[in-house]
Amino acid sequence: MIDRFASGFDPFVIPFLIGMIFVLGYCIIGAIRLILQLDAEDKKKFFLSLITPKTIWKNIKDLFLNCLIHVKLWKRNKLLGYMHSSIAFGWFMLILLGHIECFVYMPHRVKLFYYPIFFNYFVAENEYTLRGAIFFFLMDFFLLVVLSGIVLAIIKRVRSRLFGMRRTTRPTLLDRVGLYSLWMIFPLRLLAESFTAHISGGSFLTIPMNMMFKAFLGDQMNMLPTWWAYSICLCIFMCVLPFTRYMHIPAEMLLIPFRNAGLTIKHARRGFAKAQVYSCPNCGVCIDACPMSIKKANIKDTTVYLNRNIRRRNEQRIEEISDKCLLCGKCTAVCQVGVDGPQMRIAQRSIRNYGLDQDYSGMDISAIKESVASEPSKDKVLYFAGCMTQLTPAISRAMESIFRKAGVDYAFMDKDGGLCCGRPILMAGRFDQARQLIHKNKEVIKASGAGTLVLSCPICYKIFREHYKLEGIRVMHHTEYMLELVRAGRLKLDGGAGSIVYHDPCELGRGCGIYEQPREVLRQTGELVEAEANRDMAICCGGSLGSLTLGFDKREDLTRNALHNLTVNDPDTIVTACPLCKSTFARYADKPVEDIAETVDKHTK
Amino acid sequence: MMEFGFSISPSSTMNLDKVDFSLYERLCEIEPDAKKCMACGSCSATCTAGQWTGMSVRKVLLDIQRGKEAEAARLLKGCMLCGKCTMVCPRGINTRHLILSLCRIYGEDEK
Repeated sequence: MIDRFASGFDPFVIPFLIGMIFVLGYCIIGAIRLILQLDAEDKKKFFLSLITPKTIWKNIKDLFLNCLIHVKLWKRNKLLGYMHSSIAFGWFMLILLGHIECFVYMPHRVKLFYYPIFFNYFVAENEYTLRGAIFFFLMDFFLLVVLSGIVLAIIKRVRSRLFGMRRTTRPTLLDRVGLYSLWMIFPLRLLAESFTAHISGGSFLTIPMNMMFKAFLGDQMNMLPTWWAYSICLCIFMCVLPFTRYMHIPAEMLLIPFRNAGLTIKHARRGFAKAQVYSCPNCGVCIDACPMSIKKANIKDTTVYLNRNIRRRNEQRIEEISDKCLLCGKCTAVCQVGVDGPQMRIAQRSIRNYGLDQDYSGMDISAIKESVASEPSKDKVLYFAGCMTQLTPAISRAMESIFRKAGVDYAFMDKDGGLCCGRPILMAGRFDQARQLIHKNKEVIKASGAGTLVLSCPICYKIFREHYKLEGIRVMHHTEYMLELVRAGRLKLDGGAGSIVYHDPCELGRGCGIYEQPREVLRQTGELVEAEANRDMAICCGGSLGSLTLGFDKREDLTRNALHNLTVNDPDTIVTACPLCKSTFARYADKPVEDIAETVDKHTK
Repeated sequence: MMEFGFSISPSSTMNLDKVDFSLYERLCEIEPDAKKCMACGSCSATCTAGQWTGMSVRKVLLDIQRGKEAEAARLLKGCMLCGKCTMVCPRGINTRHLILSLCRIYGEDEK
């Protein structure tokens, strides 16, 4: 290959250069700002992760699989997966191959920033080129791959249902500018390369196009305008990128290392939280997933709109959206980039100003302490029912009966009333108050000397597991504990419960990752059937304490929808493992609703 | 004076014409449901915190309706926000949010 121009420059590269310098500058400054916003501990974690071989490898793997191949999308929907990976991976390969091509044929030009992008304009083919014809083929091939993705993208814009999406977000004006310029980039590249294919060479796509154009256009003058148009489209796309949904492309490259470093949201609007906001591609998958969006209600209160409003600094809407959410976590389960909707909302709730703060320092809990106090023993079990089980005493009665049948030495921590575990107040964003409750409860647990703490409420279980740090004490949900008893042969089940459907409570399933233990117990209790959407796709019962503002009168539709999902296989009994789900379902269900403890208690031999 | 072990309890008389209702009015503005309360006491009966801190949503509302802001604030400080009161309220009042709103509007004037 030889240079067509001694200078190696043409004015049409200027728009591209402007766009590229702008977007690179913006992203680098933004990334530095977000890293600086992390607190000292997180910064240390982040920088350490960047030099730890294990996380380096994980970062590379995740970046490749998520940003380029979009593995998660493939799992969700093949068409959507192909569309995204063809554009992202195809474009990446075009850039990579362009640079390799430049390196092989024109090593003295590599230092020119724009040269590999507009390679085909600046070079002319000669007799030695054919040895590298594989490059031409690959370039055309990946261009075709990208173009096929663009065609799918255009179809998706018109008919999103074909791609398995019922509802999606409306793009903003700038989103549209970005979108249309992105669509135009690749057809223009094809045209530009086709017009120069007889000089620079090409392959199965560009050469025939070049011949075809010559047949009816025959004019060399078309060459430069198309290269200009290509460059201008690139410029427009890159200049609007930071202000559109396409910001998720560079932002995700920062979010993945952040997440792999083990960071958590510490501030509602800075650092990790901000990286999540910018990583949201506004795809709207969370709209269909949200249990509140049933009957087209509350669509604008989903996570995608939270991210949008945080970017727009619309404080009133941020507050409405973050207070209404049930914190069921389904948006996070379906999210392609892993925006943590519930944690984001709790963080928003935590920056409110209150004129009055709860204070439990003067509270005397010696009565509870005395009632459970005993010598430390590994075999002793402390049972904490929690507030919600207090409202559904059938569950705690069943638990006591199970303990007796299995011959467990147990103490009932809140038989005559106890403290709250702190999770509800934590979900309301009041961390200091939650810490005080945790401290008080810890005193009681330590005094009891028990080796195992059993909880019948997933809400309690989550906070006990994540925030209590009870060294030397096993924290178990009653489903886990019952499975242990059954496996040890201390509890024998008769299997006569008929057909059972199990509802995964949000806090237990998506919250703590416990899906199999209750199922294993129930398989021995009766015939287990599955709900239509189960495990991490389970639908919130609608009773969640996560929502601060959603009144109970507005939750009926949610509960009925969740019930409908549970009863598709016509089970005899609906079984759940959460007192709150139980009482919520019991309100509208036409089948008996039980807690797993009740079912097990009834069917022990 | 002779001590008999008895004393006169302080008067609990209040002149409703002179009481400052601004807090209650402000509460009704942001939580119109506050007016629905019929003081049945279901919230107090189920309250987790009541046993330990004296918290009672019914009492808080009554206190505010009588202008006893300081007393209401003392009770509110003991709330654990567990949400049981909301679940049992026969009038469907979102008491949990009502408590949060009250905590917010306390001290609003000083800002």
